[in-house]
Amino acid sequence: MLESRAEVRPYWEKPIPEDEEHAHQLEHFREEDLLLDAIPPSESSAIILNSMKSTGLGFWMAAGFTGALVALLMGTWGLQIFSGLGITGLNRSVMWGPYIANLVFFIGIGHAGTFISAALRLMHMDFRRPISRAAETVTLFGLAAAGLFPLIHVGRVWKIFYMFPIPDERRLWPNFRSPLLWDATAITTYILGSTLFMYAGLLPDLAMARDHTTGWRHQLYKALALGWRGSLGEWLRLEKLANILSYVIIPVMFSVHTIVAYDFAMAVQPGWHSTIFGPFFIAGALFSGVAAVIMVLIILRKTMRLGYFLREQHFNSLGIFLMLLSIIWGYFYFNEWIVTWYGNLSAEQAILNMLTGQLSPLFYLMLVCNVAIPLGGLWSRRVRTSMPAMFVICLAVQIGMYLERILIVPGFLSRNELPFNWVNYTPHLPEILITLGTFGLLSFLYILWTRIIPIVPLWEVHEGQAFQSTRRVGRGLFTTHTDMH
Amino acid sequence: MAETNEHGHKWTMIVDLDKCNGCNACVVACHAENNVPIASEEEVIRGRGNHWIRIERYWEGEYPDVQARFIPVFCQQCGSAPCEPVCPTYASYHSTEQNLNVQVYNRCVGTRYCGNNCPYKVRFFNWWTPEWDSPLNEQLNPDVTVRSAGVMEKCTFCIQRIRRAENDATADGRELRDGDVQPACAQACPSRALVFGDLYDPESQVSERLPAERQFKLLENLGTEPAVYYLKGEDTHVGE
Repeated sequence: MLESRAEVRPYWEKPIPEDEEHAHQLEHFREEDLLLDAIPPSESSAIILNSMKSTGLGFWMAAGFTGALVALLMGTWGLQIFSGLGITGLNRSVMWGPYIANLVFFIGIGHAGTFISAALRLMHMDFRRPISRAAETVTLFGLAAAGLFPLIHVGRVWKIFYMFPIPDERRLWPNFRSPLLWDATAITTYILGSTLFMYAGLLPDLAMARDHTTGWRHQLYKALALGWRGSLGEWLRLEKLANILSYVIIPVMFSVHTIVAYDFAMAVQPGWHSTIFGPFFIAGALFSGVAAVIMVLIILRKTMRLGYFLREQHFNSLGIFLMLLSIIWGYFYFNEWIVTWYGNLSAEQAILNMLTGQLSPLFYLMLVCNVAIPLGGLWSRRVRTSMPAMFVICLAVQIGMYLERILIVPGFLSRNELPFNWVNYTPHLPEILITLGTFGLLSFLYILWTRIIPIVPLWEVHEGQAFQSTRRVGRGLFTTHTDMH
Repeated sequence: MAETNEHGHKWTMIVDLDKCNGCNACVVACHAENNVPIASEEEVIRGRGNHWIRIERYWEGEYPDVQARFIPVFCQQCGSAPCEPVCPTYASYHSTEQNLNVQVYNRCVGTRYCGNNCPYKVRFFNWWTPEWDSPLNEQLNPDVTVRSAGVMEKCTFCIQRIRRAENDATADGRELRDGDVQPACAQACPSRALVFGDLYDPESQVSERLPAERQFKLLENLGTEPAVYYLKGEDTHVGE
């Protein structure tokens, strides 16, 4: 028995092929799968650490451009606070516009991070290992961007604390019958939960960065790593915490977009008052969220040279998932409209007439972007593993999902029960600038973030590589997986 | 149709559509009484016309047999109001004593959810700080708050007049009588199409006229229980 123990070698050392066929199979596996293509941990850590320190011209240009957009956002918002919401295009019937659509959209793209890191973690989907942190970051900053919109949207932002449950001498309490309060509660819970979830997963990598840096970075990581040493007890506790948080955060994720949908579904506004809105919004959120994560990964791979970590297999898997979400979204949308159309209630019919009439360019563009393009393209593995094609498809999904939010919020509101109050809505410049600025804010925070924290969870990759290996059975080579649990 | 209740009032408006000729006197009276800001032409084109009471005009028939229909629409003071539960700060709430929907301007942060959820679209948002062209700025009603930018407002059934009538009655040591309270719109209506009163008072005009054969409520199918009754006969209309 002792002799066989002597055979154990570090997991990152290449196994010695027995013959030529075997060597060929092994090479193929390593090319396909990151977890079988182990290199010494110090080398893979170095890839990430170097990419974090590289701040070339491209980085500064991107940071400068998105930073300018953030300044634009803040400036326009300041002007709006100063002069009143009159500078928007909103009116008496269309009281909610792109601000609320943006809220829904940015919370939506925040859903994929949790799904990829928590749900896929519980399902033991190993392909999520290198992408989970990039996805969680989309969640974090998506929620930060979304969290601005309740503030931007309200008439008197300086009185926003009336919505908080703060005890005061007049015994005024917020109205918990209002879906807006449920919404604020759910979003706050989700921000806190996902930040905690992300931070717990960051600890080993922050410690790694602490041990490999000097100067201000060292001081920063030293503070953030909370004294992580990597003892067995710490790893076991981290594992337990990650599992508990995964189970906890998934229901929270479902609740958040369901409640965002309730903001609409609980109202008597025709078109909004629909029972399918909860699941429909979740499907749409995951759809746009996964597409956003894929776009971010493509950009990271290209600009930070992360080709070793982000491989065709990841884009392939995410592409299949995106296609599935497109089908689910299309199915829900079909359900919503076929039932409404058949019911033939006059006010809802007016909305349908508008969608297929006046707003038909947006309506059909949305269907093309959300159904035709993803379903047409993602069937093919070649498309799923081609970076430019995936980028174009994901961009189409973003456009389609954004249009969907726009059609639901100001679109539906422009038709209601009394035809006297039918007003068409056109966005005005401040709304457009604030929307662009928010995309800038999300990108700006993301760009800075990639230079401060390891954007690939190295410990997860190393863990996966340690548990994954190949075994020869007869003439074939198979992958094996040691289940830690 | 008098309902009885020892305490409080059920303020009710009857709008006789057969009597309304669309003259807009009620609109002007309401603007003057309630300090309702006057939207510019450009703002009205943008869909921000701001009238606590408005005359909705609908055309019926094909040219040349066209008939105009007028419906004065204002806050229906719903018994089960969609605007109330959605307000996160209780700025929009129900006065159980007066049976009115009340808007607390100080408490409003301007989420505009109430406006979205109102099927009658009679809630208005102050897009700008209100301004009145001279000399209108000299004749604001001191009994009514001028609302700031960023809050919602709507018809109150002239609650300041209700309060004053109640105080006067208390000072005189008597009960409130029918006719003591008259909202500005009802007072100004030249054809007496608007009748206002307390449905809990069996002697009041509204109690005597209801139930009427011609009565209906606006969008009654939504279950909002409006306190405004519309009366409409078979085929009478203005201009025939």
